[in-house]
Amino acid sequence: MSDISIASTKSPEATHPNTGSARDFFELLKPRVMSLVVFTGLVGIVVAPGSIHPVIGFAALLCIAVGAGASGALNMWYDADIDARMARTTSRPIPQGRVNAGEALGFGATLSVASVVAMGLFVNYTAAALLAITIGFYIFVYTMWLKRRTPQNIVIGGAAGAFPPMIGWAAVTGSVSLESIVLFLIIFMWTPPHFWALALYRRGDYEEVNVPMLPVVAGKRETRKQILIYSLLLVPVTLAPVALGFAGAIYGGSAIVLGLVFLTLAWQVWLTGEAGDEDKSDARAKRLFGFSIFYLFMLFALLLVEQVAGLFVPVALI
Amino acid sequence: MDESKRYEIERPEWTEEMLKERRSRSKAMAWALIGFMVLVFAVTLVKLGANVMNRPL
Repeated sequence: MSDISIASTKSPEATHPNTGSARDFFELLKPRVMSLVVFTGLVGIVVAPGSIHPVIGFAALLCIAVGAGASGALNMWYDADIDARMARTTSRPIPQGRVNAGEALGFGATLSVASVVAMGLFVNYTAAALLAITIGFYIFVYTMWLKRRTPQNIVIGGAAGAFPPMIGWAAVTGSVSLESIVLFLIIFMWTPPHFWALALYRRGDYEEVNVPMLPVVAGKRETRKQILIYSLLLVPVTLAPVALGFAGAIYGGSAIVLGLVFLTLAWQVWLTGEAGDEDKSDARAKRLFGFSIFYLFMLFALLLVEQVAGLFVPVALI
Repeated sequence: MDESKRYEIERPEWTEEMLKERRSRSKAMAWALIGFMVLVFAVTLVKLGANVMNRPL
């Protein structure tokens, strides 16, 4: 084959110079997911005992944000094939051809390494190790291994999204403790009902691309049952910070009320499904999905406010 | 085969839109590097504290 013929068989992308604006690359970082990750990381920093210099705290948060964003970019690189076929993700930069897959890979890999190294040098090695585990878990365990193989994908993979408050805590204390594990567990237990609610009304999307989400593999009824079970397990876990003494009465009372609302919505998803009203049940699932984001945000916001505003009122447990 | 064409390099054609995107990437990269530089400086000051002046002048 001659050099000329090699050139002529190149894909348009191969001869295309670098693509994408800064905004496209920013979109690769999944900014909306990143904002929740940064927020929970911030709460980990604020709630942890001891103190951290504001500059170091800011550096820790930046590393968490960049690491989370890098994971998002790598996820978009790996999942570009299925993203292109799902309504929810088809407008992402790679399926739209605004960013080349190779560029997304380079971008994500560079930022991943940079965020971990920076965390190690600026903050401490425990936080850096946890950040590395988070990125590795999200990419290798969730995206590459579990997502397309098992309906337990988001149960196990959810751990990746649960690490940030633990990283924040480790940034201050340099260690992992029971309290930070509880913060991890809140997000870990919250993830399945959150994602399965989405998967219920987006089931067709996942079916189309052969991603074995629970509603696709086990059916909607089983998914509604699992949502209810996980919701029942989640609410007591959200009260553990009160039991361990790092959350006060305001958090405790609010967590009970919010938890009851969460359970009611999960129960409604189950009931409408049992009544055979699929459309109504999907609408309830959509409502549960929306509320679940508010719920997690509020729980962590309350932990934050109690500490920052000096509203911490210890709860005396019998 | 015509030898004169053998080593011809295929050059990308930069459209106005692509140039605009390249400029936006370059600017973002510049700001990110400046931000990183400031962060390294600030962290260095915090880590060294008063020892920042402890050097032969």
